[in-house]
Amino acid sequence: MIGLTHYLVVAAVLFVLGLVAVVSRRNTIAILMGVELILNAASLNFVAFNRFSPSFPAAFDGQVYSLFVIVLAAAEAAVALAIIFAFYKINRTVNADAANVMKH
Amino acid sequence: MSSPADLLFYLLAAVTIASAAVVALGRNILHSVFFLLVAFTGVAGLFVLLYADFLAAVQVIVYVGGILVLILFAVMMTRKVATPEVSNEAVGLWRGVLLGATALALLLTIVLKTTWVGSEPAVSPAAETSTVAGLGQSLLGGYLFPFEVASVVLLAALVAAAILVRKEVRGDDTAE
Repeated sequence: MIGLTHYLVVAAVLFVLGLVAVVSRRNTIAILMGVELILNAASLNFVAFNRFSPSFPAAFDGQVYSLFVIVLAAAEAAVALAIIFAFYKINRTVNADAANVMKH
Repeated sequence: MSSPADLLFYLLAAVTIASAAVVALGRNILHSVFFLLVAFTGVAGLFVLLYADFLAAVQVIVYVGGILVLILFAVMMTRKVATPEVSNEAVGLWRGVLLGATALALLLTIVLKTTWVGSEPAVSPAAETSTVAGLGQSLLGGYLFPFEVASVVLLAALVAAAILVRKEVRGDDTAE
């Protein structure tokens, strides 16, 4: 019988894999992909809690939150990619280590 | 003795986690992008299993059809043609894996040791119901203000992205 904890475990593993991608990647687009994985894990959590909540078929709050997460993820991905493009025009690379101009 | 829905859950969970592992640990960024597509679709399948049908459709349309295509454009336009194989190195991967393992241990302890309220699925909705009507009522009812704010956020993102990638307007440009 698949219960709440099954979905929470899947969401936790997705979150950790997104975290590993964000922390250890040098390609900024790959870092963005890790952030999207983290957002997906959070959405999955919301929807799982909505499904297994006591007021289930009448209450959709978890799904509404996930809907807003998807909307905000789309906006954030567009702006992040615009930043990456602008960076690429100047530096000809998308390596995150190349963004060190303010270091000195 | 597990029902088809249980087997489907395990299959979808395995596919999603394996694809996310390729996204996080793969060496070639194109592989990562295409496995991210599979991961998004796997999450959409899990949404369907959780009776969130409209959300699953929105997930496929917006994430796969919008965000992933955008990411694919970005990857295609910014990669080095010379070395496509090792275009996605993970420098200091062991640090990331160590952090990930610690975070996973913490999260799994929390998830498995807490007694969640309402863990048993008491009610399953009828087979023909869809969440579209209820979501529409919620978005234009109780969640109207966040809905409007989200539309303003999208407008702001649109303007910001357009400004960030436009060409610089020089003072001596006399093209009219």
